[in-house]
Amino acid sequence: MSLIVENLGKTVEGEVHLADIDLAFEKGGFYVLLGPTLSGKTSLLRLLAGLDRPSAGRILLDGRDTIGTPVWKRRVSMVYQQFINYPNLTIYDNIAFPLRRMGLSPSDVDAKVRGAAEMLGISELLERKPGGISGGQQQRTALARALVKGSDLLLLDEPLINLDYKLREQLRDEFKNIFSDNLDSIVVYSTTEPIEALMLGGEVVVLNEGRQLQTGPTHAVFRRPATEAVARVFNDPPMNMIDGTVADDHLLLGGGLRLPKLAHLAGLAPGAYRFGIRASDLGLARGGANDVAFDITVELAEISGSETFIHARHADVSWVIQEEGVHTYPLGELIPAYLDPRNLYAFASDGRLAAAPAAGV
Amino acid sequence: MAALYRFLKYAAILAWSAFVIAPFLWALTTSFKTSSGVVSGATYIPWLQYKPSLEGWGVLFRRAGKGIDIVDPYLSSLTVTVSASAISLVLGTLAAYGLSRFSFRMGPVKNADITFFFISQRIMPPIVLAIPFFLMLQALGLLDTRLGLILVYVALLLPIAVWVMVDFFNNIPVELDETAMLDGCGPIETFWRVILPNCKPGLVVAGLFCIIFGWNDFFFAFILTFTKTQLLPVAVVALNSSVTPWWSLSASALISVAPLVVLAFIVEKYLSQGNLAGAIK
Repeated sequence: MSLIVENLGKTVEGEVHLADIDLAFEKGGFYVLLGPTLSGKTSLLRLLAGLDRPSAGRILLDGRDTIGTPVWKRRVSMVYQQFINYPNLTIYDNIAFPLRRMGLSPSDVDAKVRGAAEMLGISELLERKPGGISGGQQQRTALARALVKGSDLLLLDEPLINLDYKLREQLRDEFKNIFSDNLDSIVVYSTTEPIEALMLGGEVVVLNEGRQLQTGPTHAVFRRPATEAVARVFNDPPMNMIDGTVADDHLLLGGGLRLPKLAHLAGLAPGAYRFGIRASDLGLARGGANDVAFDITVELAEISGSETFIHARHADVSWVIQEEGVHTYPLGELIPAYLDPRNLYAFASDGRLAAAPAAGV
Repeated sequence: MAALYRFLKYAAILAWSAFVIAPFLWALTTSFKTSSGVVSGATYIPWLQYKPSLEGWGVLFRRAGKGIDIVDPYLSSLTVTVSASAISLVLGTLAAYGLSRFSFRMGPVKNADITFFFISQRIMPPIVLAIPFFLMLQALGLLDTRLGLILVYVALLLPIAVWVMVDFFNNIPVELDETAMLDGCGPIETFWRVILPNCKPGLVVAGLFCIIFGWNDFFFAFILTFTKTQLLPVAVVALNSSVTPWWSLSASALISVAPLVVLAFIVEKYLSQGNLAGAIK
């Protein structure tokens, strides 16, 4: 079974939601749609599900155009970011609903419902109704209902976004296990969070403003973003982007930061570039022999979960530095920060990747 | 502070309840009095202060000629109100689902305009509709019939049902419909199996509004009927206090509000089951 998307586009009242999408999905594959809010993730999932009609292009399932096949005759499941379950039915009946529609015998239904509930840890809740359980449990129910059908296509639209941080991490781990066993269907998972994409792995489709920016194995795309735009979407906090120039024997970053032309940077032709470095690749402590120190003024220290993001300034250039753990920093004072030039990305003036760090640095 | 607040709260509730209940109490005691009981001043405790009698109630159920017949108008009112409300609820719910979920377009007219058209039927004063309705029923030969009244009430109640139900459906996420379709339900099954069972509070509210309006309407019942068919509000008003004794008037007033009171108690249980509506967010 294969699902091919050709030149797909969706325009609503003159507004382009999606344009020129070309994708190929394979049975047993796990695909992550990564992009910020309004990047077209939901639009694409709805087109794949058959809930909306595309304005352009085709969706081919095993070579046959799917457009025109009503939703209820397709073998598609979808989990929404809102927790959607049948409020009047118990959790058991919720999970059994699609199976009964398929005409399975009561004993088959029972076996499948209990199996799915077991897998998602909601066996204790089968007699309850969706209104009486927590958000995480509601989303587990929705996922159980989606999985139990054995659909060709399983679509998940930011399923964890409405859950709190802790629960999100926990469910993300479980999802990874559930989907890694899945061989019979195509799973498409949309998220705004780079970390989620990296944890789930598979293939990634990076979307921005309705366009497909880059497609490929998730970790490879993370390591070698094809363009500055991909690097921006695929990093949270955003990658530090600093204008600079390459001379024959050194780099000069905005704010007068002079760096040696190390490793992958050695091959860059002289000229103007934009340099990118991840917040996590910067530090307030010397990390290695290649680290270059520069003075920064701390403007804001933002604590997020178990990390601290330091927003700082070095001679008119803003930097974001990510430190593990929760710390406080003296605001307004000059402190040294460290940067390893081997972690620098270089983008040409047209936004294309010119040099990327070698893997494993 | 909390105690004072509670005291004031219950005092206010008590005062309001007394204000609401007093007329009913007065009517209730009066309906069991005879002429001597009524004229001997304000008395409320039966057997002690006055001698109770069933005379006032008995008169109401005697056939015409020997008393005041309130049985026929009562049955007419029940038939007309229940039929018109049921028809309005069924048609209104279907129309509202369509207006909430599908896009209609006729030139510049869109869903919102159609919804407004329904509601706009209730904007003009009823008197404006009286003459057209009269002429239409006359042309159809339905003046002074229950069927004619049912048709008129459907026209008047349908906007209420559509209005309440459109709002209710709009608050149910479309994703619920979509999930049902993804789970193998066609559009009609989606409505019947998934959406409708989750609409009970909306149906109860819409039904209640229809029944209250239909049951209490005097204006159209008065204009569109003459002698053959009579609805309860008209019959009660027709009881002239110079001919009909006060005790019978009281009894007729009580039995004409009784169905609504009973209904309110039944429905109250449903409406307080907030979990039905609350589960959909």
